[in-house]
Amino acid sequence: MKTAPKNGRRPVRGSRALRTPGGLSLRLDVRALVVVALLLVAALAASVVLIGTGDFPIPAGDVVRTLLGDGDPGQEFIVNELRLPRVLVGLLVGASLGLGGALFQSISRNPLGSPDVLGLSQGSTAGALVVIVLMSGSATEVTVGALVGGLATGAAIYLLAWKQGVHGYRLVLVGIGVNAVAVAVNGYLLTKADLVDAARAVVWMTGSLNGRGWEQVWPLTLLCAVLVPLVLANARGLRMMEMGDDLSHALGVRVERVRALLMVAAVLLTAAATAAAGPVAFVALIAPQLARRLTRLPGPNLVPSLCMGATLLVAADWASQRAFGADQLPVGVVTGVVGGLYLLWLLVAERRAGRI
Amino acid sequence: MLVDSPPEQRADAASAPPARRAIRPLGLLVAVAVLAAVVVASIAIGARQLSLEQVWHGLFQATGTYGDTVVDDRLARTLLGLLAGVALGLSGAVLQALTRNPLADPGLLGINAGASAAVVTAITYLGVTSLTGYVWFAFLGAAVVGALVWFLGGSRGATPVRLALAGTAITAALYGFVQAVMIMDDAALGKMRFWTVGSLNTATDLTLRQVLPFIAAGTLLSLALARPLNAMAMGDDTAKALGAHLGRTRALAMLAATVLCGAATAACGPIMFVGLMVPHVVRSFTGPDLRWILPYAAVLSPVLLLGADVLGRVVARPAELQVGIVTAVLGGPVFIFLVRRRRTTQL
Repeated sequence: MKTAPKNGRRPVRGSRALRTPGGLSLRLDVRALVVVALLLVAALAASVVLIGTGDFPIPAGDVVRTLLGDGDPGQEFIVNELRLPRVLVGLLVGASLGLGGALFQSISRNPLGSPDVLGLSQGSTAGALVVIVLMSGSATEVTVGALVGGLATGAAIYLLAWKQGVHGYRLVLVGIGVNAVAVAVNGYLLTKADLVDAARAVVWMTGSLNGRGWEQVWPLTLLCAVLVPLVLANARGLRMMEMGDDLSHALGVRVERVRALLMVAAVLLTAAATAAAGPVAFVALIAPQLARRLTRLPGPNLVPSLCMGATLLVAADWASQRAFGADQLPVGVVTGVVGGLYLLWLLVAERRAGRI
Repeated sequence: MLVDSPPEQRADAASAPPARRAIRPLGLLVAVAVLAAVVVASIAIGARQLSLEQVWHGLFQATGTYGDTVVDDRLARTLLGLLAGVALGLSGAVLQALTRNPLADPGLLGINAGASAAVVTAITYLGVTSLTGYVWFAFLGAAVVGALVWFLGGSRGATPVRLALAGTAITAALYGFVQAVMIMDDAALGKMRFWTVGSLNTATDLTLRQVLPFIAAGTLLSLALARPLNAMAMGDDTAKALGAHLGRTRALAMLAATVLCGAATAACGPIMFVGLMVPHVVRSFTGPDLRWILPYAAVLSPVLLLGADVLGRVVARPAELQVGIVTAVLGGPVFIFLVRRRRTTQL
């Protein structure tokens, strides 16, 4: 599987080991560090450009000055109240989707086992559509509905795939089945709606950052602050699990416990991100793949995937505003189109390498 | 692994037990009788209930009463369900035999989505309005996606997981495209949101006449393929030794599945899981011989489709639940059950 290094590629290439006198050691991969640093810089740069983009363009220098606290009051209002929260939501959603996708792909041991394919996005959508169509709920209620839908779907997939442990293939196939049912439910809800609600629902279903404010930023920040360290603390176990359940069990990993914990974390991350911005297509699928290709490391590549997701989403939002004019098409359309093309390429490449 | 039936089951196909041999023609008769009953139920049950006499009157001595009009309306719908059911069941059975994959289904493999995306494109960008116009687009979309999934899923080394993943991934991409179109065009949204769930209430006499030739041709073709596909179930080498043309059989089987699925999708929108469930149920009864599976699937799939349609009318009366939703809600659990039942080594 994907953990196996290709012939002739040494997994230790370019890595440095830090050893402390106490016997703790940490292996650092130089290339991965560089990639993460570059991605962070790219994400920040894209954010500054995105804040400057809109009906009232602001030069990058002014944006940075305003963010640091000494801009003029007019720009301060636009930057801090209108555009900064949107960009922060974009960064957080992208990061959560990237990390959630990396976790799912590693747990299902399949490069296509992302939340989009496994039905989580459709489950969140079902929750949101129930609120939009049946209750004509407010934006906050839609968020809650999506969160509940996503969590319920995640629980259903895990329980249905459980049979003396969760096997990667069974997880994927059960997810596909759940996905199909959720798609049907969503289709039904769409036909029940009047045209105004249906249009609102379709925009939500595509994933959009329009009108996102500070009230979306805080819950996401809090969640990420709890979950990201938790996930990273278990990354070692996840890495070993990619070598197979038996082997990692022998190496001292409590396989089912780590898997359940990480799946809960991944479901929470994905559901929260989806609740905040809608099911933005393909970010969770692509970010880990791109990150892996950049770092050239085996294993789950959690931190690079997280940074890649944030960068991708903000860049895609900028591209959608640039290409179609401000707030014309939601960001999900851009990620959908780019993601679809990338997916085709990925399928061909993975097939050629015999890894799917 | 390429497993379409456990070895022990395949072994007894060579010498089907006498009991099964005797019961298979009888079972087919029973199935036809059930189908007739479902057809009558589909005409009689709905927002307005009709008695059997009224159905008879409307079918054979129509004089234009209110009941007769209702019968006339429901007749078109029932016949469309009949045709679409035959098409979906046969294409599912043929795909399962062709890919030697127990989880193959035109919906899961993305073939429905391909047809949908092509139809959406035709309606929105090319101004095609008639079914005759967009049935060709449906075929085109179905064929392109069918070939793509087959190729990406690993062609001859295809496993259930690979095929299902390739299909789902392509479905997700196409679904995104359909959504983008619906956002940009409210008129398309108004029309497409009903079409994309899969429903029989689009039926008119014209629809029927337009899809009938395609479904008839596909049905004949797939029935004719039963023998060579049977041979291929034993593995490529044995099949070749038995005189089957592998390349030709594969191409024709793909053609049959595409034509059937494309025509059904063009007429009623994407309907999932019928092609998955019915051949499975049938196989447990007939054994792995396609010469029996195909006729049984052709008779029982419309039973499922029409039954789901009637159910959709009953549970949501006086409104209705589209048949595509009912089949997905019924079929999803069946699919998950099939996945769970298999040993992991078989997947």
